[in-house]
Amino acid sequence: MRLNKLLATGAKLVRFGLLVGIGFIILYPLLRQLSAAVMHPDDMYDLTVNWIPRQLTRLNFEVAWKMLDYPRALVNTVGVTVLLSTLELAATMIIGYGFARWRYPGSNLVFALVILSIVIPPQMVMVPLFLNFRYFDLFGLIPEPGLNLIGSFWPLVLMALTGTAKRSGLFIFITRNFFRGMSTSLEEAAYVDGAGHLRTFFQIMLPNAKPIAMIVFLFSFVWNWNDLFYTNLFLPGAKLLQLGLATINSQYNYPWANKAVEGTYIQLVNNAGMLLYVLPVLILYAFLQRYFIESIEKTGLVG
Amino acid sequence: MRRLRLSLSAQKSLLGLLFTLPFIVGFLAFLAYPFAQSVIFSLSKLTIVPTGYELDFVGLDNYRHVLTVDPRFRQVFVETVVTMAARIPVVLIFSFFAANLLNQKFRGRMLARVIFFLPVIMGAEISLKMQQADYMQQAVSFSESGLLSLSTLQQLLTTLKLPQGFIGFIFQAINEVPLIIRASGIQILIFLAALQSIPKSLYEAAHMEGATGWEAFWKITFPLVSPLLLVNVVYTIVDSFTAADNALLELIQNAAWMGAGFGVSTAMSWIYFLAVLGILAVTIILLGRRVHYET
Repeated sequence: MRLNKLLATGAKLVRFGLLVGIGFIILYPLLRQLSAAVMHPDDMYDLTVNWIPRQLTRLNFEVAWKMLDYPRALVNTVGVTVLLSTLELAATMIIGYGFARWRYPGSNLVFALVILSIVIPPQMVMVPLFLNFRYFDLFGLIPEPGLNLIGSFWPLVLMALTGTAKRSGLFIFITRNFFRGMSTSLEEAAYVDGAGHLRTFFQIMLPNAKPIAMIVFLFSFVWNWNDLFYTNLFLPGAKLLQLGLATINSQYNYPWANKAVEGTYIQLVNNAGMLLYVLPVLILYAFLQRYFIESIEKTGLVG
Repeated sequence: MRRLRLSLSAQKSLLGLLFTLPFIVGFLAFLAYPFAQSVIFSLSKLTIVPTGYELDFVGLDNYRHVLTVDPRFRQVFVETVVTMAARIPVVLIFSFFAANLLNQKFRGRMLARVIFFLPVIMGAEISLKMQQADYMQQAVSFSESGLLSLSTLQQLLTTLKLPQGFIGFIFQAINEVPLIIRASGIQILIFLAALQSIPKSLYEAAHMEGATGWEAFWKITFPLVSPLLLVNVVYTIVDSFTAADNALLELIQNAAWMGAGFGVSTAMSWIYFLAVLGILAVTIILLGRRVHYET
């Protein structure tokens, strides 16, 4: 009996150790960033300073703030991200509902294409897509040389609206599963009461799909926020946080710092800048983590 | 005015088509068409002219260039595909293990889940950048200030006269650990949801019949989780295929914008795509047979 108790305590200790260890590995880069972001440049070459700087400073944040043009870039990034995830949400809800409720000749094939769209990496179509948007002719409707949509929101908006943006296929899959799992009795009642198909969808089904809509929106928000590939491709040089970060490393000459700046100092600024970039998403996560973590159970992927 | 009357089934078909039309249009315009174009591009020399671009058909020249002339492609290709293929089983085993860990009852379970899922929120690209920006890491590897730094460990292993290959393997594995953990967020969630969907009564019944925990795992947990194993395999392959630390994708992107040109870049991505499609097909066929579906 005592042996059993001992074993149980041992198992608990092992579990605790594993959890703490894995958790530390995950948090390690973030903690490092924090340590570097508040570190005074003088401490960089002090070998006795490992985690906790001797002198705390706001300098790095101030420089990063100015280099990123933070308030403006933040507003832009939030704006673009909210716009894109709202459109992606609307599109995938409608498309997912269409797949869940009605069949037509070839609908299975089209749904297979949805799955295919998850698997095709965007790098495959990067070059043609870029050129098509650079010389956009709306399937030959606009005369040569076409419109240059690079640098505008249109490429991203069009892809979000048609359910072909980053990981949209996954969202269509999720919303379809969700609507399929919903009982049809609600819709039948609406039809009996004389509501049309569109009205039933917008007034009856959508309000009942709030949990899944929340999940799609949050994931879409986070993935759009972290996206570098499409923003780099379609919005080069835009005042967005993720694009600004990339330029911090390359800006060695900047007039704001009050110290003679060496190349290595920029790394501290870089760390502060990255924290400024992930902070909004971390705040979002802190408040809404429940939705992220319980998401898979609600998506109908399991059972 | 005569209203168009459709049969009920035709009406339903039309509605389905109407709702899914945005995707059909988008798929044709932004995936299928560029996809077809990329085949043509990979067989052509593409030059930008004021009114757009011009294509000169060059046959398989781009592929020949990629496979025989390009100094880096073959090496990076093999390395990437091997690393990716080796990482898939490790990610799956780890995420299954972590899901089992998080499925147990203990204090602070919610906190543990929040932390384990953090890599998904932070995004792979930015996590990678963070690691690269970690100047202390770089500094520490030169100095000996760490209590048990990696270099001391390496010295220890070398003095033990262990074979160099083995030491290299150990260090490779140590370096991979954070990457594996960070690539497992979604998979952990999927396995966790699967574990929670298994009815408790099954375990109770097995216990009553005298099954051990080991037996219960292999006869109940594993078969019931196996359909999601397939989902996770596919997700992991696709994910590592487009991962931020994928050296080959970087090579492809660099080739397009500042090197060998668009044609060569698309040829590279085609070779890569076919290789990954092969891996995907083989794993699905191998695993598909072993998956247990409830009917």
